[in-house]
Amino acid sequence: MNDQLQLKDLDKVVIRFSGDSGDGMQLTGNQFTSSAAHHGNDVVTLPDFPAEIRAPAGTIAGISGFQLQFGNQRVNTPGDFPDVLIAMNPASLRANIKDLRPAGFAIVDLDAFDERGIKKAGYADGVNPLDPEHTLGKKVIAAPITSQTMAALESLDMPKKDKERCKNFFTLGVLYFLYDTSPDLTLNWINVKFAKKPLVAEANTKALHEGMIYARNSGLFQSQYRVGSAKLRPGTYKSLTGNEATGLGLVAAAERAGLKLFLGSYPITPATTILEEVAAHKDFDVKALQMEDEIAGICCAIGAAWAGNLAATNTSGPGIALKGEAMGLAMILELPLVIVNVQRGGPSTGLPTKTEQSDLMQAMYGRNGESPIPVIAAKSPAHCFDMAIEASRLALKYMTPVILLTDGYLGNGAEAFRIPDVNELPDLTVKFRTNPEGYQSYARDPKTNARQWVKPGTPGLANRIGGLEKDKLTGAVSHDPENHDHMVRARREKVEGIANDIADLEIIGDQKGGDILIIGWGSTYGAINNKVNRYRAAGKSVSQAHFTHIFPFPKNTLEVLKKFKKIVVAEMNLGQLNSLLRAEYAIDTIPLTKIQGKPFTEDEIEVVVDKLL
Amino acid sequence: MNAESQFTKKDFVPTGEVKWCAGCGDFSILAQVQKVLSETGKSPESFAFISGIGCSSRFPYYMNCYGLHGIHGRALAIATGAKVANPALEVWVAMGDGDGLAIGGNHFVHAVRRNVGIKGILMDNRIYGLTKGQFSPTSFRGQKTKTAPMGTVEDPLDPISLSLSLGGTFVARTQDRDPKHMAEIFRRAHEHEGFAMMQVLQNCVIFNDGAFDDWCTKGKEEHTIKLVHGEKMIFGMENEKCIIRQGFSPKVALVAEVDANNIVIHDEFAADPGLAGFLAQLNGTHGLPMAYGIFRQIKAPAYEAEYRRQNDEAVAKKGPGNLQKLLNSGETWTVS
Repeated sequence: MNDQLQLKDLDKVVIRFSGDSGDGMQLTGNQFTSSAAHHGNDVVTLPDFPAEIRAPAGTIAGISGFQLQFGNQRVNTPGDFPDVLIAMNPASLRANIKDLRPAGFAIVDLDAFDERGIKKAGYADGVNPLDPEHTLGKKVIAAPITSQTMAALESLDMPKKDKERCKNFFTLGVLYFLYDTSPDLTLNWINVKFAKKPLVAEANTKALHEGMIYARNSGLFQSQYRVGSAKLRPGTYKSLTGNEATGLGLVAAAERAGLKLFLGSYPITPATTILEEVAAHKDFDVKALQMEDEIAGICCAIGAAWAGNLAATNTSGPGIALKGEAMGLAMILELPLVIVNVQRGGPSTGLPTKTEQSDLMQAMYGRNGESPIPVIAAKSPAHCFDMAIEASRLALKYMTPVILLTDGYLGNGAEAFRIPDVNELPDLTVKFRTNPEGYQSYARDPKTNARQWVKPGTPGLANRIGGLEKDKLTGAVSHDPENHDHMVRARREKVEGIANDIADLEIIGDQKGGDILIIGWGSTYGAINNKVNRYRAAGKSVSQAHFTHIFPFPKNTLEVLKKFKKIVVAEMNLGQLNSLLRAEYAIDTIPLTKIQGKPFTEDEIEVVVDKLL
Repeated sequence: MNAESQFTKKDFVPTGEVKWCAGCGDFSILAQVQKVLSETGKSPESFAFISGIGCSSRFPYYMNCYGLHGIHGRALAIATGAKVANPALEVWVAMGDGDGLAIGGNHFVHAVRRNVGIKGILMDNRIYGLTKGQFSPTSFRGQKTKTAPMGTVEDPLDPISLSLSLGGTFVARTQDRDPKHMAEIFRRAHEHEGFAMMQVLQNCVIFNDGAFDDWCTKGKEEHTIKLVHGEKMIFGMENEKCIIRQGFSPKVALVAEVDANNIVIHDEFAADPGLAGFLAQLNGTHGLPMAYGIFRQIKAPAYEAEYRRQNDEAVAKKGPGNLQKLLNSGETWTVS
């Protein structure tokens, strides 16, 4: 602790790092996240990077951002508005200053505010971006980060450019000091990462230390802050992004099913890191095939499912559009297949690096013919792990493709994941049919309506299946009208029957009903939950219900909806779940929609809900 | 081949009617596949037949094996997954020229390039049959069809040249009216480890009847040449013609008029793809004969075997994956 600085306790803090996409903002943010988590804080993060890998340096288009919220309680989201903005150049300040909370402060690298940098950020000639008029009167701490870093590394024999690169560690040092967080984790990371480049390790280590010293001694900061530990459920934790969690969930599901995992895929933002995660686990004998296109990705997965693997394919909305025909094939073949859609901003190529929930109708109906496929959705990054297992469970038990919806916000965002005891994960053991006696390929289990899974190669059970309509028992091609009617209904009944096998829709709040119920699905959970908690703390009758299973809906859905006077459906699209609920239950609902490529803020929920109270 | 196979052709014939048009070349292909596979000594259940959409793609229904009738153009992608998931399965794909080379062209390219262990029968009738008579990627320029009433204005794709350019490890052509030759190609494909690309010229009696008559009816000897490993390339009614080199192209000459040393000798197993590429020009155009046989067969590791090898290496290095250990790995912290 420093005697001269005032020490203040805070419940939670939101920090946004912003710089050129080459400035290492993602790395800096991730390092701070790990250290805060080790410190005992709950942390949720969200990177925000440009669609171009290296857009012109110094421009607004080239800004890469990373936001995190850490607190002494469940923080649920990466936060709506930053308390602290780290802006490594004028463009970053210009693009983000409006989001900074009025009581917050920005730290900028003064050295980047030269004539050239200011011009690139698009300010008019002669403008000083640090004038209150341009900082909207908000507090800006201008620190010569680059030159301080250079001075700190003066004695090291390395190129100027390499020294400059260390400025993000200097910045990190400033933050570690300001938030009284130990730098040990990062120091350790530097030593491992640059084990083969000792000079780089030394430079980064030095920059980090000098940053801490600078924060203490420069006189620019008046306070040091402390955020206490959060009371999380006891256990061992690690930080996971949603895509990492999805990949690990698939690996875990295959282990629990006693099957080999097969992922057929094609790179697409923001879903690719699932393929990367799975491909890293060859020691589990996983097959992670990067195919020639989206269609091949799902088709090879269908072939693997037929051959007896736990098969999956992952993509984002445009990829789902391409996979549509093959999804119908998997559905009519009645083979297990997990289809992950990490949704992004649409339509068409849309906003590849931004988030949205606008593929729900596509998941429900985006195929030719009557093609019912269960649809489930994860509500937070760590929840992606559970939902990947749940998708696998439903696929294997009901012999059906299952669509798991996540989104860019979940996929790239990270939070604390409580590491489970693997023996407590669901048992997904499957039984292949091996007895030829009386086998009929489309005979159904009386309880689940699932047909049996036969591995090609099994003696005595050779059979042919395909995308043509088939006889309800033998599976032979059939054009019989009554048989077709029967099969279309049987496939739908099978999927609808899943409602008997999933958890009820839970009310968070007034169990017996009340004034307002805010409904959501997927990644809006955290934002809605924070807002609902705030309303409830203020004594308002506002409750929450969040769908993880959308098709079929939980059995008690109508019962829950009927308990509330007003139902608000909040989603990042133009009201897709809203339409589904109205169609299914013929009830009145109020859509709360946002479609800006960004998650909901609490204020945006408030604007609609306050009017209803 | 197993001389004492316990199976007969009948074991490979399922119950149920074959629904191709009377006189369709597909019947002949089917009969030879059934015959050849019954001689391998492997049970019908050891084989998986996968297809897309088209007349030829009904093939899996007519084999008493495991079968998957998929969607248009995607058979090779489905087959790739099945083969990687279970390399013990012997995977055959039946595809047409539209299915395999138009809508499925991308998968064709990559399956050949990857050398996946799939036996691919390309049943090439140079027409769309199931949709009733539109031109296909192998239709000749100027061919009149319902969708090109004045004739097509595009050149055909040659699957032999294409496959060779992709590094194909087994590239062959045969035809439905030469059952013995077909059987030999299927046998060789059965024994091949990587991707076996077999173009079978197949007559569509309804929409493109006689498309291959020059090369399979009376007088065909004048226009066809069989590729036989190690032999001089000689053809003609009286074996009077031969193939010699003229620059980078083959040229037809009279045996009597050339030095015997200048007659091209076929080498199926040449490591260098040059000869096969040269011979691929013998596709019945530019006054050259149509060549049948194996243009090229080389030994190269199959995709699924390479994948297997890497996974085995990973297991050998890290030990078999342990889920709890995996979840516990990386930066963790404990809350008590």
